[in-house]
Amino acid sequence: MTESNGNSRSKLHGLWALTNRELKKWYKAPVIFILSIIQPIIWMGLLGKAMNISAIFSSGSFGQLLGNLVLTPPLTATQSLQLGVFFQGLQNSIMLNTFNTTDYFSFMAVGMIAFTALFTTAFSGMSVVWDRRLGFLNKALSTPVSRAVIVFSKVLAATLRSMFQAGIIILIAIAFGLQFGASFNPVFVLGVFGIMFLICVGLSSMFIAITIRSTRMETPMAVMNLITLPLMFASNAFFPTSIMPSWLQTVATFNPMTYTTDAVRQLLINETTDFMVVAKDFAYVGIFAVVAATIGIVLSWRFLNK
Amino acid sequence: MSEDIIRAEGLTKVFNSHLTAVDHIDFSVKHGEIFGFLGPNGAGKTTTINMLITVLKPTEGKASVLGLDIAKQNNEVRNVIGVVPQEYTADEDLTGLENILLCADLYGIPRSTAKERAMDLLKLVELTDFKDKRVQTFSGGMRRRLELACGLINRPKVLFLDEPTLGLDVQTRTATWNYIRKMKKEYGMTLFMTTHYLEEADALCDRIAIIDHGKIVVVGSPEELKHSLGGDSITLAIKEDEDVSGLIQKVEHVKKVQKENGGYRIKAEFGEITAPFVIEALRKKGYTVTKLMLTEPTLNEVYLEYTGKSMRDAQESGEAFAAQRMAMRRARQ
Repeated sequence: MTESNGNSRSKLHGLWALTNRELKKWYKAPVIFILSIIQPIIWMGLLGKAMNISAIFSSGSFGQLLGNLVLTPPLTATQSLQLGVFFQGLQNSIMLNTFNTTDYFSFMAVGMIAFTALFTTAFSGMSVVWDRRLGFLNKALSTPVSRAVIVFSKVLAATLRSMFQAGIIILIAIAFGLQFGASFNPVFVLGVFGIMFLICVGLSSMFIAITIRSTRMETPMAVMNLITLPLMFASNAFFPTSIMPSWLQTVATFNPMTYTTDAVRQLLINETTDFMVVAKDFAYVGIFAVVAATIGIVLSWRFLNK
Repeated sequence: MSEDIIRAEGLTKVFNSHLTAVDHIDFSVKHGEIFGFLGPNGAGKTTTINMLITVLKPTEGKASVLGLDIAKQNNEVRNVIGVVPQEYTADEDLTGLENILLCADLYGIPRSTAKERAMDLLKLVELTDFKDKRVQTFSGGMRRRLELACGLINRPKVLFLDEPTLGLDVQTRTATWNYIRKMKKEYGMTLFMTTHYLEEADALCDRIAIIDHGKIVVVGSPEELKHSLGGDSITLAIKEDEDVSGLIQKVEHVKKVQKENGGYRIKAEFGEITAPFVIEALRKKGYTVTKLMLTEPTLNEVYLEYTGKSMRDAQESGEAFAAQRMAMRRARQ
């Protein structure tokens, strides 16, 4: 009585079919696809270019100060020039000290990669609720496809989307003037995708775990709003943690987003890449991914099967 | 293999430890029959089907499909059953063919076999011309047919249909019934379906279980159930004002006489034979019969008899039902 269709299938059968179903909604719908590319451009333009932090410290700002200063005897041309060089140095020094790079745009563009991962994966929780409401979830549950596969297909789809978008962001950022660090090596881009994979698996598992029992659309939306922005700003994505108040620093130390962004910065834009720190970042995000995925799969067994 | 394709014993589902959706039901479905669960909204039909298709775990009792225990051998059960859910589960963004192939992948059917079967099934439900169109553009009837095709992709030995014509108009409903009959003829499986349409149960099912408040009230073929009501109804009126109930009651085969709306409602085993005798008896006493109507029992009467409420009643208290349904839904998730 156990003879049936496809005896040779593996425990993971259906994983790609379900993942591709999610992805098709994205790449087969040109509007959504284009929007998902435009969105990071807008964000980078707004945050990276509008918030031109290095301009704050430019010699122009200091010139004002200089104008108020009455010096006797007045500065000679050489002294003026020297002072200009000094202020330029001061600006770079402030930027380097705070952001580890002289260019805020580069600093922020990297934060944007993590930002996209967060927002793309947040939708994976919604898609579970959506499938439940449409009855597709029940349909899938009545087939021999594994419960873990149902959850993991969501995770995988969100991860692949985020990684694709990360690639787009890097390309756009280069076009906008991303300055690579002195120690940059093209191979490091693989590392960027590696850490993106880990954080996306972790984040989408987390969002799915939170929404797996929910039957209403409002719940995952509320969760998204509650979690995403704090996760974003209590990290080093847009501002370095070193100049945050200590309580926020503590929060940021636990935030996996901090480690993701740090690893990407180390690999792409920092003047020197500290591989010990990168390894530590990978370890932290890796553990987060494993723990969140395990919780997601355990919950899927518990709540999808009842 | 036992002759019973599905067998349930004391099957029970309690949600959140207080909401009893299905209450110790026993039934069996025989090889090759279409077995229907008939009942109002919130009676426990969908909960029962969800237990049988291994989506919900029973709180108590047990059930087997093709001899496989739904709780212990759930993955084996999933392999041999097909499911056509109440909702339109096909993905709107995918084409008809893509949707069927997705179903095939969930069963792990190799692509070449899947394509072959998909084409056969699309032909069966007459969607071949639309196979490359997005489901978005499909009508309700087409979507329903696509669901039917998806449910058959793994060549199931038992097919579960949950409210197969819910929300369809009368023409589409009749057409869907024909597709279901055609499918059964082609693939020869056993069917288990739920419905709250009486005509549907009457038109399709070999046997029906009427379920209400989580309990099975009665099981039998539509004919048996109608018969159990005591045969046909004769509605009759006379010109005179006197009460002739006693007189009618004495006529052979008359089982029950009720005076209502200025006429008489008579239950008789064989209506067409009994009616002339009733008229004869009345004429002999000088009464004039002004109206006579003979009706065979309908499932509606059966339904009223056993659940004590008509479908209309159920709709009137729609709010209460909606509340109950929502509670049930929420609990189910």
